Amino acid sequence: MPPVTSDYGMNAESDWMNAAHSTGTSIMAAEFNGGVIIGADSRTTTGAYIANRVTDKLTKVTDHIYCCRSGSAADTQAIADIVAYHLSFHGMELGEEPLVETGAAVFRELCYNYRDSLMAGILVAGWDKRKGGQVYSIPIGGMCVRQQVSIGGSGSSYVYGYVDANYKPNMSKEECVKFITNTLALAMSRDGSSGGVVRLGIITEEGIERRVVLGDQLPKFFEG
Amino acid sequence: MSSIGTGYDLSASQFSPDGRVFQVEYAMKAVENSGTVIGLRGKDGVVLAAEKLVMSKLHEPGTNKRIFNVDRHVGMAFSGLIADARQIVDIARREAANYRSQYGVSIPLNYLNDRVSMYMHAYTLYSAVRPYGCSVILASCGEEGPTMYTIDPSGVSYGYHGCAIGKAKQSAKTEIEKLKLSGMTCRELVKEAAKIIYLVHDELKDKNFELELSWMCEESGGRHEKVPEHVFLEAEKAAKQAMEADSDSDTEDM
Amino acid sequence: MFDAAGNPPPFWHNGPTPGGLYNFPGPKTAPSDFRQHSQAPVTTATSIVAMQYNKGVIIAGDLLGSYGSLARYRNCPRIMKVNDNIILGAGGDYADFQYVKDIIEQKIIDEDCLDDGFKLKPKSLYCWLTRIMYNRRSKFDPFWNNFVVGGLQDGEPFLGTVDKLGTAYTDKIVCSGYGAYIAVPLLREALEKNPTPSKAEARALVEKCMEVLYYRDARSYPKYQIATIDEADGAVVEDLVSVNQNWSLAHMIY
Repeated sequence: MPPVTSDYGMNAESDWMNAAHSTGTSIMAAEFNGGVIIGADSRTTTGAYIANRVTDKLTKVTDHIYCCRSGSAADTQAIADIVAYHLSFHGMELGEEPLVETGAAVFRELCYNYRDSLMAGILVAGWDKRKGGQVYSIPIGGMCVRQQVSIGGSGSSYVYGYVDANYKPNMSKEECVKFITNTLALAMSRDGSSGGVVRLGIITEEGIERRVVLGDQLPKFFEG
Repeated sequence: MSSIGTGYDLSASQFSPDGRVFQVEYAMKAVENSGTVIGLRGKDGVVLAAEKLVMSKLHEPGTNKRIFNVDRHVGMAFSGLIADARQIVDIARREAANYRSQYGVSIPLNYLNDRVSMYMHAYTLYSAVRPYGCSVILASCGEEGPTMYTIDPSGVSYGYHGCAIGKAKQSAKTEIEKLKLSGMTCRELVKEAAKIIYLVHDELKDKNFELELSWMCEESGGRHEKVPEHVFLEAEKAAKQAMEADSDSDTEDM
Repeated sequence: MFDAAGNPPPFWHNGPTPGGLYNFPGPKTAPSDFRQHSQAPVTTATSIVAMQYNKGVIIAGDLLGSYGSLARYRNCPRIMKVNDNIILGAGGDYADFQYVKDIIEQKIIDEDCLDDGFKLKPKSLYCWLTRIMYNRRSKFDPFWNNFVVGGLQDGEPFLGTVDKLGTAYTDKIVCSGYGAYIAVPLLREALEKNPTPSKAEARALVEKCMEVLYYRDARSYPKYQIATIDEADGAVVEDLVSVNQNWSLAHMIY
């Protein structure tokens, strides 16, 4: 790959022509009292060029397990496809839906074994009858930890403080939706690689409820 | 069964004209020659008990066990050929370990049961192999609560509240049916299990036997393990007393 | 026709060798049969502090999983009870630690299944760790960890460590990461004055070390775990000990 010296200078051409598609992203997931809510921005960039402004980064794995992808779009899509296949087969063998923990373990296995060749930071979130709403974070090296709230992608670094200050365990659904929308709006406003709309998925015993908050309807904060 | 196989019993890969697989039925005979093993599933766990027949006084006590651990939360007891059973135990252990390493949680018993059944069944399909000469009881007390299955040499399995395999399975089943299993705790079941094993033991044909007792319940922390020494002794004592009381009332020679 | 060595002339010139792989002419692509190894660790845990006391071993390590300089995961326990004889602490790449931990846990389950009364001993685990660590470094793909094994063997405390190259040693004081520079001198000095500290004394020393490390290690965290192992209390992992911070020094600076 030729060196890209600037995102918008002389070499701007070689940038979008050669750079890999990656979901420089803001993603998050949080547990609330009836399950778990996942959220993501919708921007996919090729260098500084926005290849897709309405991407859906919330990917279905099973009816009750979803993942938020960050890193290389190609890698994370491939991983999610493999895991979805694996879990649907496993679900048939078990005669019931796989646990979220199991979903996370399968993601972890792939991300750890191929850590040298993958660029993938994944949040696995879902609901099962054993442990309710759960969030597992699988960052680049292929570790796996359960968290009550987790953020990921390039935009997340700007909002750790906001999340720590505002997350409360056992929030109501609408409270949690508000919290996630705010967090992502803040991340998207500070991270050039994130933007567009906020896509949300509310996963409870009943399944998933999808929502979209359009780019011009995002909450506004201080812009000085 | 009584008829000779008339040539159809030489291979597990061939049916007899009336639709039977003799090799599998012979394997079941091997199970019926072996000591009785029972499993009782109560409200808080499962108890396994085995009558280990001791062929010689020269044998060291405590060897050739008939109840095994498969995983932390899973136990397996068998009746039949010990060498065959050990292989089944081994593959069950491997299944449990593989499941944990792949899926990050301990194996659900219904899944383990499916896998082991499939394995045993595969050995009833080919002429180059013989079926396993053992039946096994699989039991666990994990996230799904107490569960128990038995698998026959044919590869068929059923879930049970109380089950018996081996020599005296019929009389053991009759005894088990008298119990109100779903209302009983493991503490109570251990005693009942010991009593049943002592009761169905045939003193005339088989002189010596060792009692084996294991459980998985809250008291064992959900784990499958041998019952603690004091519980074992208590149960054995109760069983012996019950036997004496029984023989006293039988003979009425006070 | 035949050359000096008696070989026949080539089948044809300038073409594919029959039965051989042919490289088409034209621009050559870069070789792809290589793999980059020994990548830097990603999510990391910092120091481990460990020492022997008169009848046991104490190990401490904080709960932080750092992502570069970002304090990303604040609940990453990395001290484990292996069995009643062994406690294990780890620093370095957390993904590698989880991988090794899963293997060790399965080893223990396998051993429990056998139920032969044998339990893994600290020197055995220590030796096994040296082997897997050295093996992976020899593939230029090391496990990026420091392991600290503490335990009791034959009534004697054992404390040893293995690093990512497989380098291993035992000592009365073992610290990894920044602890090797900051905690070791503090502990050595204390041991010089009091070569056989009691459990309470050892614990106070380790807590002091964790405090100093919190002040001086930028990848540390004020919440940590302490594990102890000795004859009297067995192996105990205490979750969530907090550093007693003292910033009164700040008032003296104007």
